[in-house]
Amino acid sequence: MTTDVPSAAGRGTVRRLAGTLHRRPRLRLTLLLTAPLLWLAVLYLGSLAVLFVSAFWTTNSFTSQVVKVWSTDNFHELFTTPVFRQVILRSVGVALAVTVLCAVIAFPVAFYTARVARPGWRPLLVVAVLTPLWASYLVKVYAWRLILSQGGLADWMLAPFGLSGPGYGLPATVLTLTYLWLPYMILPIHTALEQLPASLLDASADLGARAGRTFRSVVLPMVLPSVAAGSVFTFSLSLGDYITVQIVGGKTQLIGNLVYSNIELNLPMAAALGTVPVAVIVLYLLAIRRTGALNSL
Amino acid sequence: MHLSRTARIALRIGAGLGFTMIYVPLLLVLVNSLNPDRSASWPPPGLTAHWWSVAAHNSGARQALWVSVKAGLGATAIALALGTLIAFAVARHRFFGRGTVSFIVVLPIALPGIVTGIALNSAFGTVLAPLGVGLGLFTVIVGHATFCIVVVFNNVVARLRRTARSYEEAAMDLGATSFRAFADVTFPLVRSALLAGGLLAFALSFDEIVVTTFTAGPGVETLPVWIFGNMTRPQQAPVVNVVAAVLVLLSVVPIYLAQRLSADTAASSRV
Repeated sequence: MTTDVPSAAGRGTVRRLAGTLHRRPRLRLTLLLTAPLLWLAVLYLGSLAVLFVSAFWTTNSFTSQVVKVWSTDNFHELFTTPVFRQVILRSVGVALAVTVLCAVIAFPVAFYTARVARPGWRPLLVVAVLTPLWASYLVKVYAWRLILSQGGLADWMLAPFGLSGPGYGLPATVLTLTYLWLPYMILPIHTALEQLPASLLDASADLGARAGRTFRSVVLPMVLPSVAAGSVFTFSLSLGDYITVQIVGGKTQLIGNLVYSNIELNLPMAAALGTVPVAVIVLYLLAIRRTGALNSL
Repeated sequence: MHLSRTARIALRIGAGLGFTMIYVPLLLVLVNSLNPDRSASWPPPGLTAHWWSVAAHNSGARQALWVSVKAGLGATAIALALGTLIAFAVARHRFFGRGTVSFIVVLPIALPGIVTGIALNSAFGTVLAPLGVGLGLFTVIVGHATFCIVVVFNNVVARLRRTARSYEEAAMDLGATSFRAFADVTFPLVRSALLAGGLLAFALSFDEIVVTTFTAGPGVETLPVWIFGNMTRPQQAPVVNVVAAVLVLLSVVPIYLAQRLSADTAASSRV
């Protein structure tokens, strides 16, 4: 019970207002949506729209001024310049490699946390998978910068085998990105494996299937949508990243770096380059949607 | 599934390696903050707490931490307000374009940060600059709030979908106005979802670097931006090491709070 007693007149107004709102759901909806939609649809989508329109503008190469004349030059340049093509392919390749590595590493971990570990331990193990997600992104990349530095942990561990660490470069970038997004792959696979009915596995065994056959014919088809769901994160987060590659990538350039390096001098070109990861991610989502994975996100 | 002994052992080893890979880098960051040497060569020549006291007095890092906290609180407040409004609209109303609204909410976090960053940067440049408002903490908060809305929305909408409307209706049948029903019935039901969403939003904002780079004015440096700027300077390496270690240790706080929250959620769902 509230203790303060509002004046009778004030209470009447509040009551009338509440009644009006209750009777008019459209008005209620308008009040609910106005502020958020002004923010997201006008401010955010508006900025995005202007950015993508500006991809069709050009820059005066002497003054660096944006020339607002419609042209498809930027996109033409994008697909004909070998450097751009190379970097785009490399970025997509890195995103795919990270996704595959994540899936390969995540599977045994998720299988263990969901079905092999003692049931009492499982929630704790899930927390153990989740914890690194709260640790700072930059700190995790920095950790790999330390590991891969000259004379660092990687070199020290590989020294007895007469090897040295990969140093900074493309492999280091793939490794670090895999590390960053691994939990996003483990969690959906864990959930899928946890929900896998034991009766199906028993039925498979009763019908004479060995563990390997059960895995291929029962477990894998049922877990695949979750792998796809996880891959949405690993793929799109890797594709847009340009910080990690600056820290551990040496001289490696990915699409994000190209966007970044064009912002100051040629914003229209940067915008055109920026449409590439967006388009690739949208295509990837459309492909994934066919597996039904997006419903489980 | 009846796994053979070998398969079980193989899975244990695989999982063990996986967890090792997850935790060794974080442990290394902690150990390295005690490294007396400026290089990161392994093993460290000794251990010292000297750099911790140096870092505690580093004005750059302290200032950046303060900016990060302010940006996080501002963005979280806006995200809580807007995310909750959208969640109520989507969960409690049917209207044309409802699916589109949920899609627009996710977009800022689904698109690469650099795209959101330059879009907001050029929008601020064209809209705010003529008004005499430059980039600064305010624009950072606006940028962060944009991608934080989704986590609040997700938490609240999930909660609203799981709670029956009959509670509110019962309150109103008993004579409560819709405001009163909201304050006494609906709000307590979604409170822990708001806390969880707020926690996630703050963590997201506190950790963000890409959008920040494009929305921060000169002199506005959040902690991630400070770390990124000082990471490659050998002179600053020991202080960066300590700041990194502090951030690793701090990541336990939200885990603890999330556990408390889910216990709270379990308790309130028993009502």
